[in-house]
This record gives sequence, structure tokens and C-alpha cells, in this order.
Amino acid sequence: MNIVVCLKQVPSTTQVKIDPETNTLIRQGIENIINPFDTYAIEEGIRLRERFGGRVTAISMGPPQAEAALREAISLGVDEGILLSDPAFAGADTWATSCTLSMALGKLEPYDLVICGRQTLDGDTGQVGPQLAEVLNLPFIAYVSQIEEIADDHMRVRRMVEDGYEIMESPLPAVLTVVKEINTPRLPSLRGIARSKSATIPVWGSKELNADPGKVGLAGSFTRVMRIFSPQRVCRGEIFQGDVTDQVDCLIGRLKDDGLL
Amino acid sequence: MEYFLSEEQQTIKSLARKIAEERVLPVRAELDEKEEFPWAIIKDLADADMFRVFIPQKYEGLGGGCLELCLVVEELSRACGGVAATYAVNALGSYTLMEYGTEEQKKKYLPDIAAGKKLTAFAISEPTAGSDASAIKMTAEKVAGGYRLNGTKQFITNAGEAELYTLIVLTDPARGARGASAILVEKGTPGFTFGKKEKKMSIRASATGELIFRNCLVPEENLIGKEGMGFIQAMRLFDRSRPGIGAQAVGIAQGALEVAVDYAQQRIQFGQPIISLPVVQDMLAEMAIQVEAARALVYAAARTVDSGARKITEASAMAKVFASDVAMKVTTDAVQICGGTGYMKDYPVEKMMRDAKITQIYEGANQILRNAIAVELRKRKARTA
Repeated sequence: MNIVVCLKQVPSTTQVKIDPETNTLIRQGIENIINPFDTYAIEEGIRLRERFGGRVTAISMGPPQAEAALREAISLGVDEGILLSDPAFAGADTWATSCTLSMALGKLEPYDLVICGRQTLDGDTGQVGPQLAEVLNLPFIAYVSQIEEIADDHMRVRRMVEDGYEIMESPLPAVLTVVKEINTPRLPSLRGIARSKSATIPVWGSKELNADPGKVGLAGSFTRVMRIFSPQRVCRGEIFQGDVTDQVDCLIGRLKDDGLL
Repeated sequence: MEYFLSEEQQTIKSLARKIAEERVLPVRAELDEKEEFPWAIIKDLADADMFRVFIPQKYEGLGGGCLELCLVVEELSRACGGVAATYAVNALGSYTLMEYGTEEQKKKYLPDIAAGKKLTAFAISEPTAGSDASAIKMTAEKVAGGYRLNGTKQFITNAGEAELYTLIVLTDPARGARGASAILVEKGTPGFTFGKKEKKMSIRASATGELIFRNCLVPEENLIGKEGMGFIQAMRLFDRSRPGIGAQAVGIAQGALEVAVDYAQQRIQFGQPIISLPVVQDMLAEMAIQVEAARALVYAAARTVDSGARKITEASAMAKVFASDVAMKVTTDAVQICGGTGYMKDYPVEKMMRDAKITQIYEGANQILRNAIAVELRKRKARTA
């Protein structure tokens, strides 16, 4: 079974700070990690290989330093890491990212399964998985919490929905996004770390992918980020006095004044 | 301090710390309370190749030595002395095989130990033989095709949980310690059962119990090394393993020091954090000095062992004695700094103080080891006189 896992390197914080001048993330002093949701995708890929044999390849689109995330994936047990990096890929929205990933997947055929995390910690859109399936014209299942059965040409999975779960079957190859309930990611191993240090990480740019310049990076993006900002939190408490009846009257009065009731 | 660890040694230490912080620390109090054997953590350690660290590469290990083992033990102990004991004893049970085993024995057992598929134990203590290990009574009578084992081993770490047990038993009771031999027994061998599981003061995540042998037959090929060499093998083994106990003590003390500093910084009394009080500063500084000195001595002793030096008794005894006394002192002071809070089970330092105690007792009580150091001093004086 050949599995491709898509991962992204993200800043290791949920307290993202934005530079008000440039509207970009302040990355100084912040460690980069593998997007936490992607670690479940990596773990699931490795588990499937342990059960059925084959290969797990991790791909990531990002700046040159994203190579570290691919090395970390190898230390966990991934067989190979490929970095998709080119100045022309910069500024990509989720669609351009999905197009770029799909070009790499074209070079990695044949594969049985593509696994992505449900969303990223920084972009937080959850769109790359489904868009990738769309570009590749492959079946897609989101929020998978368990792979119940998988064979050469089909699989049956459990996916989380708001008030329960659904069981779905799909032919293979297919694209999945997984949720954290699917597994507990392992820690790296000493032999894995040794392998990751000596591994060669191929870098595929526009040339290697034969990329149409109009489909990647900012040029290939349908959306533009106009402004990013941290919302101002304005919270003001008010304590009503008097007995319970008075307090309730005051509260209802205020809610009506504010047009909420 | 700069200890000139190689890149590989630094990787081992940092991965051991990651496992300790992510997998051991969240469950240590529960393991201690329930006296539960940490199988899930053993699996994590195995998956991370931690059992390969001290096994030669030829047998699917990573080829490290005493220092590499000490680095893992130290980091695990910083979170939990009980989990560390389980891990460290696995090395103890493997050393005799690595040192004195035949090629066939090594090929048969070491790869499984390296993979963490089989845990080991080492058994010398008996009800009548503790510090005086030469007083063992358990026998291995030579019979057609093997040995018949009879007797009881006491206070054995990993009892019941390990698959492989290296025993020091008398093959020639008439010759006493000179008639002792090392014999390997697998769990499940008829006539080999487990007695009482001990309830302990500390390192309660580790299993300690009795091994009972009644006419237990083992094949001749389970003898490790030569007949009559068992006692000497055991003494040499302890010379190699004692820095590991020193490392356990350093880890426990380091953990306690860190908790004490955190607490002293947060705890406000008399309108200021208690770390502003000179008396507390003095205690913390002394603790830090002691821990660092113990670490330096343990690493130096481990390197002495790894150098292949023939005489390592003093170095390893010094490291174990000094570090374990430091651990007892530092953990006691950590509880003192944390005061009433530190005395409560909700806070980790009372466990660390209990865990520290065993490091002064096992693998040679500190009094016995001071005696061994003094014997070496006298021998040297006698040679130069």
C-alpha cells in the first residue's frame, strides 16, 4: 500500500501575533513544528504501512526551512520526504496550494491513499484536503476517526459528524482528512532520528513539477488577504444590584435596550 | 556544565527527556498510587529504541555503553524513579549475558531484549543473603541434561513482568560463593513460580517480588559463563551497573530541585516570593551544587566503565554512594522548601523523597560500598608500602 501524507510546517503557538505594518505573522522567536493535525495523518500512514507493507511518502509545500518538518516525519517512521519549494509558490491560497500538491502527487503515482490533517493551526481553513481531492478528481472523506477496513481497491471508514459518526465506503485511491480521535501519534525513535539526519530530501520546484506559472503561488490564487489583525477584546462586566426579581428586571431591560430581546 | 556529550548522546538524552515529560510525568502519581507496572511506557521506550541503547550493534542494539544508559536513566528518573528502575534493571539482567554469554545465547536473547519484546531481571538476593550476597543458599543441582533449581530469590525487580531471569545460584554448595554460577531461566519454565509481590515505600511503579523454584529443570545451555564463576560475574556486573543507580539518583534530585525552584518563585510569604529569602536561596544553591557535582561524578564513572578499564570498583561505588546521598539530601530539602504543600501527595516532591531512599540501599548499600572503597585504599597502600 503506497500512502502519501501531506503536511505543513506551522509556528508552534496558538497565540499568533501579527505585524501591524506588513499584516504577516511574526515568526521571530517562534519554533516551527509539524501542524499538530498532520501528526495524526503521519501516524495513520505509518500504521497502515506496518500492517500492509508498502511506502509512506510525506510531501510538504513551504519555504526551504520546511525541510525540518519532513526530517521529523522521517524520524517518526515515514520512508521519504519531498519538499515542494520555489519562490513562485509563495503567497499561495488553499486552491493554489492544492494545485501544487496535486502536481507532486502526479509524479508519485501510483498511490493508494492520500492522508491530510483536518486543518492547519495557522491557516485554519480545512480546505486543502477537499480541494486536493477535487483537483485530483478522487473520492474524498473528511474528519475520519477510524479506518475500519481497507483492501486493495476499497475502504470503509468512520467519519465524525456533529452529533455522531457516519460509516462510509470508498474506492481507492482516495483522499482523507483525519481527526485527532483516529490515533495517538508515536514519539520519534533513535534509529528514526539517525535516518532522518542522513536522509536526502528532494526539492521539487516549478521546473520539476512542470508547473503552469498561472496556477501556483499568488498568481494561481483566487483569494487575496486584505488585512490580518488580532481582534480587540472589549469585555465589560456589569453587576446588577437588588434582590433577584430586581436583577432579572434590570437584565431584561438592558437586553431590550440593546435590541437583543 | 559542558559534559562533551556526542551528538548521538545528546539525541538520546533529549529523546529520553521527551518521553519522560510527555508519557511518564502525566501518569507518575497514578502509577505510584496504584503500584501499577508501566507497560504502556515500556512500549513507548521500546518503540523509541531505548532498549537498544546498551546492546551491541551486532545484536540489533545501538552499541552504546554505560554513559548512554545513564543518560536515559537520569532523564526518566527526573520524572519518575519507579519507571527508571524498571528500565535500568533490564540492563542489569542483560549485562551477564552480554559479558559472559556464548554467541548462541547472545543471538537467541539479545535481539529481543534490544527490541523491548522481552524484559529481563537479575536475581541474587535471598532471605538470608542481602549485603552478604555470598550467603546465598539456592541450589542448581547438575542432573542429566541440565540443572535442577531449588530455592527462593527475594526482592527481585521486574519479578513476574520479565521474561528472562539471570540467577546467581550454587552449583556446588560445598564451595560456598566459589560454587556459585549464573543460570538463565525463562518465565513459564515448569517449577518456576512467583511469590509475594512486595508493597514498597517507593519506586512503586516497578514490580518487586519473590521467585520460587521447586525442582525446576533448565537445560545445560542456560548456564552463563563457567560454573563456579557466578559470584565474581555478579560483582563485576554491579561494578558496571552502579553508575546507573547514580544516574537514577541524579535524575530524582534534579527533578526535586526544579520543583523546589518553581515553588519558591511562586510562593508568596511575608509579601514576597520565598526565593527572595536568603535562607531559601542558600538551600537552593547548595542543592544545585550537590546535583551538579553528583552528575559530574556519575558521568565520569560511566566513562571510566566505558573506557574498558579493569579496575572500576572504586569509581562506580563512589558515583553511586555520592549521588544517592545527594538525592536523599536534595529531595528532603525540596520537601522542606515546599513546606506543607510539599508534604502532601498532590505535589511530586514527597514521592521524590521516597524514591531517593532506595538509591542508598539497592545495588550495594552505601555502607557496604564505602567499605569496598576503603578496601581498595588499603590494598593500594599495601602495594606501595
